[in-house]
Amino acid sequence: MQVRPEKRERGKRRRAKNDQEAKGRERDEEEQTKIKSAKTTKTRKKEKSRKTEEEEGEGESEERNTKRKKKHGSAKKEEKEEDGGKRTVKEKAQDVKKKKHKKVVETSSEQETSEESSEDNEEEDNEEKEVRPESLSPEELEKLKEAVDERKKLIQGLRGKPWPMKKKLVTLRESQEFVEKYEGALGKGKGRKLYAYKVMMTKKWMKFQRDFENFKTACIPWEMKIKEIESHFGSSVASYFIFLRWMYGINMILFGLTFGLVMVPEALMGRPYGSIPRKTVPRAEEASAMDFAVLWDWGGYAQYSVLFYGYYNSQRAIGWLKFRMPLSYFLVGVGTVAYSYMVVIRTMARNANESGVGDDNSFNFSWKMFTSWDYLIGNPETADNKFASITTSFKEAILEEQESRKDDNIHLTRFLRVLANFLVLCCLAGSGYLIYFVVRRSQKFALDGLENHTWWERNEVNMVMSLLGMFCPMLFDVISTLENYHPRVALQWQLGRIFALFLGNLYTFIIALMDEINLKREEEKIIKFNITMWEASLYNSTVSENSTAPPVTIHPADVPRGPCWETMVGQEFVRLIISDTMTTYITLLIGDFLRAVLVRFLNYCWCWDLEAGFPSYSEFDVSGNVLGLIFNQGMIWMGAFYAPCLPALNVLRLHVSMYLQCWAVMCCNVPQERVFKASGSNNFYMAMLLVILFLSTLPAIYTIVTIPPSFDCGPFSGKKRMFDVIHETLESDFPAWFSKVFSYASNPGLVLPFILLMVLAIYYLQSTSKSYKEANVELKKKLQTQNEENKKKNKRAALKAQMDLEEARKAASQAAEQQNNNASLQEEETDGEENHGSNQRLHHSKNGRNPPPAAGEQECHPPATRAPVPRTYHHGNHGAPGYLPGFSRQSEPRMYRVPSLQRH
Amino acid sequence: MVVATCILAMSVVRQRLHDFMRMIQPDEKWDCTFFTRKEILRLHGRYHELAPHLVPMDYTNDPDCKLPLALIVNMPELKENPFRNRIVESFSEDGMGNLSFNEFVDMFSVLSEMAPRELKAIYAFKIYDFNVDNYLCKEDLEKTLNKLTKEELTPEEVELVCEKTIEEADLDGDNKLSYADFENMISRAPDFLR
Repeated sequence: MQVRPEKRERGKRRRAKNDQEAKGRERDEEEQTKIKSAKTTKTRKKEKSRKTEEEEGEGESEERNTKRKKKHGSAKKEEKEEDGGKRTVKEKAQDVKKKKHKKVVETSSEQETSEESSEDNEEEDNEEKEVRPESLSPEELEKLKEAVDERKKLIQGLRGKPWPMKKKLVTLRESQEFVEKYEGALGKGKGRKLYAYKVMMTKKWMKFQRDFENFKTACIPWEMKIKEIESHFGSSVASYFIFLRWMYGINMILFGLTFGLVMVPEALMGRPYGSIPRKTVPRAEEASAMDFAVLWDWGGYAQYSVLFYGYYNSQRAIGWLKFRMPLSYFLVGVGTVAYSYMVVIRTMARNANESGVGDDNSFNFSWKMFTSWDYLIGNPETADNKFASITTSFKEAILEEQESRKDDNIHLTRFLRVLANFLVLCCLAGSGYLIYFVVRRSQKFALDGLENHTWWERNEVNMVMSLLGMFCPMLFDVISTLENYHPRVALQWQLGRIFALFLGNLYTFIIALMDEINLKREEEKIIKFNITMWEASLYNSTVSENSTAPPVTIHPADVPRGPCWETMVGQEFVRLIISDTMTTYITLLIGDFLRAVLVRFLNYCWCWDLEAGFPSYSEFDVSGNVLGLIFNQGMIWMGAFYAPCLPALNVLRLHVSMYLQCWAVMCCNVPQERVFKASGSNNFYMAMLLVILFLSTLPAIYTIVTIPPSFDCGPFSGKKRMFDVIHETLESDFPAWFSKVFSYASNPGLVLPFILLMVLAIYYLQSTSKSYKEANVELKKKLQTQNEENKKKNKRAALKAQMDLEEARKAASQAAEQQNNNASLQEEETDGEENHGSNQRLHHSKNGRNPPPAAGEQECHPPATRAPVPRTYHHGNHGAPGYLPGFSRQSEPRMYRVPSLQRH
Repeated sequence: MVVATCILAMSVVRQRLHDFMRMIQPDEKWDCTFFTRKEILRLHGRYHELAPHLVPMDYTNDPDCKLPLALIVNMPELKENPFRNRIVESFSEDGMGNLSFNEFVDMFSVLSEMAPRELKAIYAFKIYDFNVDNYLCKEDLEKTLNKLTKEELTPEEVELVCEKTIEEADLDGDNKLSYADFENMISRAPDFLR
């Protein structure tokens, strides 16, 4: 409220000013025209060289003319009366004047230097305000509306302007005042209530948006934590945490889907625990079902709960809502995958847009020079590391440049690289075989019964997988030193290898699981047969007693049941996630925290410096952590269909690891020695995520499509395939015509052309993008050749100028000699010094703008200074500077800017 | 180029929040910068913290207070930055590095991650332009390079790098980089935004 009176006062003052201005306006206009004519005479003299520029300017000025025809109509008429020869020059002058106006009104991203002063603004505003709201013809009204809209646009685009803050504020206040004033005027008319209403609504909407934005920024979690890490470790470590947060968001949504649409409805509206066999713990396991060891293994009560596939009933609709449980289960499974695809691809596309084209190596040094500093660093140690890494990168680049690929023994490098890849392949194959072997062995153990074996034998698979994931990357790191790649390339190779390792492990695991599934299914067949026998016998026994006895009620726990392979798969994945999480945390605690503690405190009583020497503190391993996260997510996607609790578990895990890792990073890691920047590899990680997503949905989809569901557990029991749910729903829940349409739409006659069309569209888009790329390359080539030509031209011009200069000097010296001779003949008393002095004076009067040449040079060739001066002047106008001997370089830009200043 | 917008402390702001907000008019600054109200308030807290005796909490009477370069440069966000003096100078109105609160907010706004690339390019050019002549000439580049490497390169190396840089980026062949050259070069840089 305190601002208001001030504002009003300002407005009053302005209005008064306006009135004055209106009175003096005519006079002003006269003056302006005078100035213009003066300008024309000035500019005409040296206009030849700028013709090309002018032609550009004409196009612009025409545009502007149409915009502001009214205001400058009078001035323009005058100009039209003038003859055609002068016209271009005139327009130029007008152009010069109009640029001022344009700057304030136009909101498009014209790039201005800060040279223009805010006075231009003021002038402009005053002129703008002379439009009176009282006398409104519809035409003027339209214009006013336009002006208001323009102001609004200006307000919106203001934050993107490179102006000093003061100017921004002034412009903002003025524009807001303007908008308020004239918007009111616009709204006063009879038929314009709607407009007023609209304006009001937009205002409210803006306010709401602002509040919402405020709210949103307040809601972003862990912002401060991440910023702190950012300032300590640079952007690459922070990028991991941002990625983690992003993952957390995605998992929250997946969790919401599965929890809200699958788990809660089943728990609330489905049949309660113990009502049917699939929802009860079998008699044999009842005794140990609540043991912690069993629960930790996700058996017992955990297995027969809402957490796993087997618990869900195949009843079509449950509860008073008639909730379609099986359908919902299926759709949620599909939906999670679809949503993940969508999010990942969208993010990738956005990243690709941001990063632009940055592959070529043409600006190697420039980029190093201007973009290598990480502006986020706020920690002295990190800053030191960064300085060092920048220095080394420059040195490397210089070496490369100097040697220009002096390849030392390329055969050895090649051999070493091949060898390294061979070794890595061996590692991968070995780890794959190991996992397969272990899984097979564990199946044998499982057949024997788990109780007879030790803890290690029971958890062998998970432990081996985690250990492989821990130690193989180290091995790869050692191997990669053989190859002698550039660190960035080496990092990518390393990432690729770890990726391959994890993927191989995961897939061996899945293949082993498939074997197990097949085993279970055979078991299922036998059990199914047994059950029919059992039922028959039960029936027989009841029949034989001839229905005198009450019908036998069997407790659901006693009913024999199939092995339910789906639950088994879900359990395996959950166990895998748990063990993975555990190993991550334990390595974090031991590898980082314990090490840091030991190094810190043993350092007092050790023979060498532990902190600076061998063990030292650990660095944060961004790539490894990101990969771990990605694979973890892959497992979630793979297993979520069979264990709806997985997203919930993952959310928990991510939440904990956010805090734990934040703490660990801040407390026991040191900044990296090679401080990488994040943005380059961002999409690389996203691409990995996409690949993992694809690869992890593949086996899930395969099992869903090909393997028939178990006969006595899960929402799809009794169906031939899981996706029969869709068919069933279409038949029973939708009207007949819909299923008809659907069957028509899904027949191959329609689907095939559709696919063909899509393929064609993809082909078309790809070819167009290719042609764009080619055009891009062409343009780049052109630019380069032009650049070279320019350079050549400049060199030639400089050479020529030098030659001219020499000639002039020679001529001048000859003339001087002659003069000297003459002088000596005429007057023998006059000194050389006086002569010199007069020359100097002459020089000063001749070129007002140019700085005087160095005094030393004058003394060397006293009379010669006159000759080159006008020449340089011309030269400057041509826009082709070459350094002339005897002129300091600093003077060059100033000469340059003389015309440009006039233009403003 | 994201200076971590603010790292610490909100403590000052909590007092008299409402009166105060009206005084520094965060809504108005919203239109001029990329910050939300909360962030602007936080920034003011930081600004006030730098010199509690100089910066008033009351903005009705004495809106013209400026903090000298030396104080601002010592903020943890800028302390390690080799170009800190240039950054502050190029945002100050007088070119000497004295910042009013408005300019202070403006500076962080441009440096924040929300600012568009073009705007950043403009200010980056200003920052690298040590002698304010609207061109990056060789001396500017040398200074930049020496700041980046803490003067650990030999003069010959510096010379070479500067020449190479100009050779690469200079499109019009005038042996110095105009803004057009700079913009062209920087717009293709893979990691300029950060």
